[in-house]
Amino acid sequence: MIESVTAIKESLPYLLQGGGITLVIVVGAMAIGLILGLCMAVMQVYGHPLVKRVIGVYIWFFQGVPILVLLFLFYFGLFHYIGLNLSAVSAVMVVLGMTTAAYQANIFRGAILLLPQGQFKAASAVGMSDFAAIKSIILPQVLRLSIPAWSNEFSIILKDSALAFVLGAPEIMARAKFIASRTYQHLPLYIMAGLIYFILTWAGVMALSKLEKTVRIPGYSNKGI
Amino acid sequence: MGDPILRVENITKSFNGESILKGVNLSLGKGEIKILIGPSGGGKSTLLQCMNCLVTPDSGKFWLEGKPVDITHKQELYDLRQQVGMIFQEFNLFDHLTALDNLTIALRKVKKLSKKAAIARAMIELSQVGLADKINLYPAELSGGQKQRVAIARALAMDPKVLLLDEPTSALDPEVMGEVIDVIRNLAKQGMTMIMATHQVSLIRTLAHEILFMEAGSVVEQGQPDTLLVPGSRSQDFCDKLNFITGERP
Repeated sequence: MIESVTAIKESLPYLLQGGGITLVIVVGAMAIGLILGLCMAVMQVYGHPLVKRVIGVYIWFFQGVPILVLLFLFYFGLFHYIGLNLSAVSAVMVVLGMTTAAYQANIFRGAILLLPQGQFKAASAVGMSDFAAIKSIILPQVLRLSIPAWSNEFSIILKDSALAFVLGAPEIMARAKFIASRTYQHLPLYIMAGLIYFILTWAGVMALSKLEKTVRIPGYSNKGI
Repeated sequence: MGDPILRVENITKSFNGESILKGVNLSLGKGEIKILIGPSGGGKSTLLQCMNCLVTPDSGKFWLEGKPVDITHKQELYDLRQQVGMIFQEFNLFDHLTALDNLTIALRKVKKLSKKAAIARAMIELSQVGLADKINLYPAELSGGQKQRVAIARALAMDPKVLLLDEPTSALDPEVMGEVIDVIRNLAKQGMTMIMATHQVSLIRTLAHEILFMEAGSVVEQGQPDTLLVPGSRSQDFCDKLNFITGERP
């Protein structure tokens, strides 16, 4: 028992540093996913049929292949093949970003289709270009509508980021495994790792829930925008 | 008489092989009010939406103040839409913006006005439709009649030369219909050029300079109310049916 407490006490700062790296990976991946996902969703709704097909294949690919396979495929294969020399942290961030982009594209596409399409027509009717209508009228509402589903995606990606340890990225799980294998205190260290993931997830979901309330449009119920 | 403000010629439109508009010609002179009537599915809404290319016609030519408009040219299309305002049956306000911002956003993004100038212009239009005290409310906080008045103010703020109104009162309950009808009557008094699809017999009789009866994608009757609304005409028969349904007196 004393050994466990000592192990936790001594490893906590080291694990928390891993938490920082996990956060960098997750925030970076979510940002990549947000930008790519939004672009793909807009193109899927308003784009050329050929572009829609290409995006459909992208989404099908990233939703159909396990993340672990994708990490190996890109880190040991494609990135080297195209001469991209990324660190393990950056590689995980990019692969998770491209994966979550596929899911986020579906989230945003659903939100666009949920909006009354008359608003796009009304924006066009006052002379706005398609780009201005999407940017100023459609996307601000789509982003509001997407926060609950985006919050789910955040917690999924946060937990998936634990797979980064297989590439040697020094995040929470990699550090917990490293210390556990040296001290043989497996149970307390993995409990600690789980707790850090839990707290990060909880904090992120709470922050997004607060954001959802802050940007809610007056006059709409909790269920609406 | 000068050139019509807006003229369209041989507008055709098909959806899934079904012909919705079969070569419609139409012109609107300055200050003229034309009213489209006819059974649902006759092509009234499609014609209105083709007139500012919210629905792209399969064929047709456009002239704005005598000048041909190439609707395949993006900028000419945006300019046409800016000058041909549209009022929708379902209001189509921007839900995330206040009544004031529903007006200022287009003034700033399209007309490139400064924030101060856009607000000043928006206030004039909102006051004109009697909503100066509701500027900070969001669409979900407004009644149907108020929403439609904001939509009219939004269109007017762009200084349109023509206003297209697609059944502007049909989504409203009778309690608030009157406030929108009053705004439309005021616009008519001010000489706004308008074409409106409506089932409001009182508007048809009192506002129309010309009535166009549309059925199956074509204008089948066209003329001034006193010559068209006579016993035996298709238009009179249609208005009688509307009177019967709504209880309005002929």
